Amino acid sequence: MISHADASEIFISDSERTDWHDETLWFVRAKRDKVSKVLPEWEDLREHASQIKDHTLANLGEYLRAFEAKAQANGIHVHWAADAAEHNAIVHGIIASQSSKVLVKSKSMLTEECHLNDYLASKGIEVVDTDLGERIVQFRNEVPSHIVLPAIHLKKEDVGETFHQHLGTPKGNKDPQFLTEAARQHLRGHFLASEVAITGVNFAVAETGEFVVCTNEGNADMGAHLAKVHIACMGIEKIIPKREDLAVFLRLLARSATGQLITTYSSHFHLPREGQEVHIVFLDNGRTRQLADSKYKNSLKCIRCAACFNTCPVYRRSGGHSYHQPVAGPIGSILAPNVDKKANVDLPFASTLCGSCSNVCPVKINIHEQLWFWRQDLMSAGLAPAVKTVGMKMMAFVLANPVIYRLGGAFLRRFSGLLNNRLNPWYKQREMPVAPKDSFQEWYKKR
Amino acid sequence: MRVALFVPCYIDQFYPQVAVASLELLEKLGCEVVVPKDQTCCGQPMANSGFASSTGGCDANFTTNFDGFDYIVGPSGSCVLHLKEHHPSQKIRSSVYEICEFLTDILKVSSLTAKFPHRVGLHQSCHGQRFLRLSSMSERNEKPFSKLQDLLGLVQGIEVFLPKREDECCGFGGTFCVSEEAVSVKMGLDRIKEHDANAIEFIIGADTSCLMHMEGILRRQGSNVQVKHIVEILNYD
Repeated sequence: MISHADASEIFISDSERTDWHDETLWFVRAKRDKVSKVLPEWEDLREHASQIKDHTLANLGEYLRAFEAKAQANGIHVHWAADAAEHNAIVHGIIASQSSKVLVKSKSMLTEECHLNDYLASKGIEVVDTDLGERIVQFRNEVPSHIVLPAIHLKKEDVGETFHQHLGTPKGNKDPQFLTEAARQHLRGHFLASEVAITGVNFAVAETGEFVVCTNEGNADMGAHLAKVHIACMGIEKIIPKREDLAVFLRLLARSATGQLITTYSSHFHLPREGQEVHIVFLDNGRTRQLADSKYKNSLKCIRCAACFNTCPVYRRSGGHSYHQPVAGPIGSILAPNVDKKANVDLPFASTLCGSCSNVCPVKINIHEQLWFWRQDLMSAGLAPAVKTVGMKMMAFVLANPVIYRLGGAFLRRFSGLLNNRLNPWYKQREMPVAPKDSFQEWYKKR
Repeated sequence: MRVALFVPCYIDQFYPQVAVASLELLEKLGCEVVVPKDQTCCGQPMANSGFASSTGGCDANFTTNFDGFDYIVGPSGSCVLHLKEHHPSQKIRSSVYEICEFLTDILKVSSLTAKFPHRVGLHQSCHGQRFLRLSSMSERNEKPFSKLQDLLGLVQGIEVFLPKREDECCGFGGTFCVSEEAVSVKMGLDRIKEHDANAIEFIIGADTSCLMHMEGILRRQGSNVQVKHIVEILNYD
C-alpha cells in the first residue's frame, strides 16, 4: 500500500487541483465558523454534547439494551454484529429472504467500513448508492474521499466525463444542474424497482427505540419509504440516551459539517409502516476495544461531521484517498490503527499536531492528543523502520550528553554545506539555515 | 527577578541571535538571567516522533540544568509546551514559560523602548497559540485576544498584518517537515503567499522552528522577505 506521504506527493504534483481542493474545503470551514459564531452558547453546546457522550459511553451496554427492548416493542428487528464479516452476513441473510435482489443504499459510511458493496457483489447482488456523491464515486470504482462530501476530490468536468461514460450524457457537458437531473432520472428507476433499502444511522435514541438519519438529498427517506425492507446499519457508539439530546446534537452536526443550521431532512424512524420490515444492525468491529482503552475511548464520541477534515491543513492538501481508509482525515487517523496497526502506521504521523481538529470538534474529541498517543503505541509495537529507530536513539543519546551535543553541534555548523544534497528531504524545496560561526553558548562564554 | 533562560538546541546552534535578544530583553526589563551551560534539548523531536520512551536522558539533563528555578523562560512555544505537557518533574512543568507569556503575564510589561518601522506579517505558531493560549483562535467562539499583538503594540513604528487565514499551520510540524515533505512545503508556500499579499518585509512569530521552515522556502524562492523572532523586534532599538 502506498503511504500517506507518497500519495500526498502525487496529489500535490497537480498544484492547481490541490489549491482548488484546499480552497473548497476551507470555504466549508469558513461557513462553519460563521454559523457557529452566531450562537453565543456554541462552546457550551460542545461541552454539553461531549458530556452526554461521556455519560453514554460509560453506560453503553445499558443504553444499547434499552434501545433494543424499545425497538423490538416497536416492531423493529435488532441484530448484533461483532465484526464486518458478521455484519455483511446478517445483511445478506435479510436480503436473501426477499424475492427481489435489487437494492438501494444511502448515507452509510459504516457499510464502507465493512466493504458491504463488494461483499454483496460477490453474492450476485448489486447495490446502487443513491446519494449523488456516492453514486459518482461508485461509477468510477473509487471510494469516498470525505465522509460528508464523498466526491469532493472531483471537479464538475470529472463528473461530466463519468456521467457521459455511465449515463450517456453528452460529452463535454459539465453543467451541475443538468448532470444532477441526469442522476435523478437514473436513480428514480432504481428507487422504484428496489425492494430493499439500506441506510446508515446518525443517532439512535435509547429512550424511544427510534433512529434518526440526517440527509440533505432525501434519498434515505425515498429508499426507506418505497422499499418493503429497510435495513439500518450503525456502529454501537451512535446511541444517545434521550430524544431531547437531539436538540444538542442536531444543532451541532449540520453547523459543524457544512455550515448549515440544520440538515434538510432529519428523519425519525420509529415504527415500521404496515407491511414493512425494519431491521437494525449494530456493529462493534473494534469499537469495544477502543472503549476499553482510556487513551482512545473519546474517539467513540465522533458524530461523523467531518469538521476535522475540513479544518485539517494536511487533509486539504493531500485528499482523502491518501489516507487509504474509508474514514480519512484526523478522526480516521485515530480510528484506523485500532483496526490494523501495521497497515495504518503512517496515519498518526500525517499531522503537524497543530490542534485545529480538536478545537473544531463539536464533541471535543482530543484528536491531536490521540494522534500523539498512537505515535507512541505504534513505535513501541516495533513498527518503526529500522533507520528511524536507530536515528531516534542516536539523537536521544546526543541530546542527553552536553559534551557530545556541543561537539556534534560544532561539527554540524562547520560542515552544514554537506546537507545541501538531494538525499536531504529538507533541501529538496528549502534552503538549510545559514550556520553561524558561534553557537549561543559559545557567544555567551565570551560575553 | 531571577530567571533561567532556556535556549532550545536548534536556536543555540542555528539561531543564536534569538537567544541573544531574549537574554538582552529580559535583562533590560530588570531580570537577573542565568544561562545553564549544559542545557541541550526539551526532548520533543523524539517524543513527537513516537519515541517518548527514549527521552529519559534528555529529561534528566534538563532537570539537572534547571532544578530549583521558579521561572524557566524560553523563546519557543513548541518546546515550552512539550515541557509543560511531558516533563516528568512537576516543578519544571509549572515553572516553564514561553517568553511572550512571561512578558505579559509575569512581568506585566507595559512599555518598551523598541522601534521597528517596518511592515511585518505575524505568524501565529500553533502550539503557542492553541495550547499555551498566546492568542484566541479562529476555531473557537471566544473573545479575541493576543498577547503577541499586545506586545507588538508597544513597539514604535511597526505595522502588523495577519495573513488571510489568520491562524493556519505553516506545515513545519517537527519531523513532519521531512517525513511528509510535500505537504509540509505546500503548507509553507501557501502561508508565504498570503503574507506576500500584504507586501510585508518580515514574517515574525514566537516559534523559530516555523520561521526556519518558512525562511528555507523564502530563500529558495529568492525572496527579499526575512524572518525574525518576535523577541528580536521587542529588543530592537
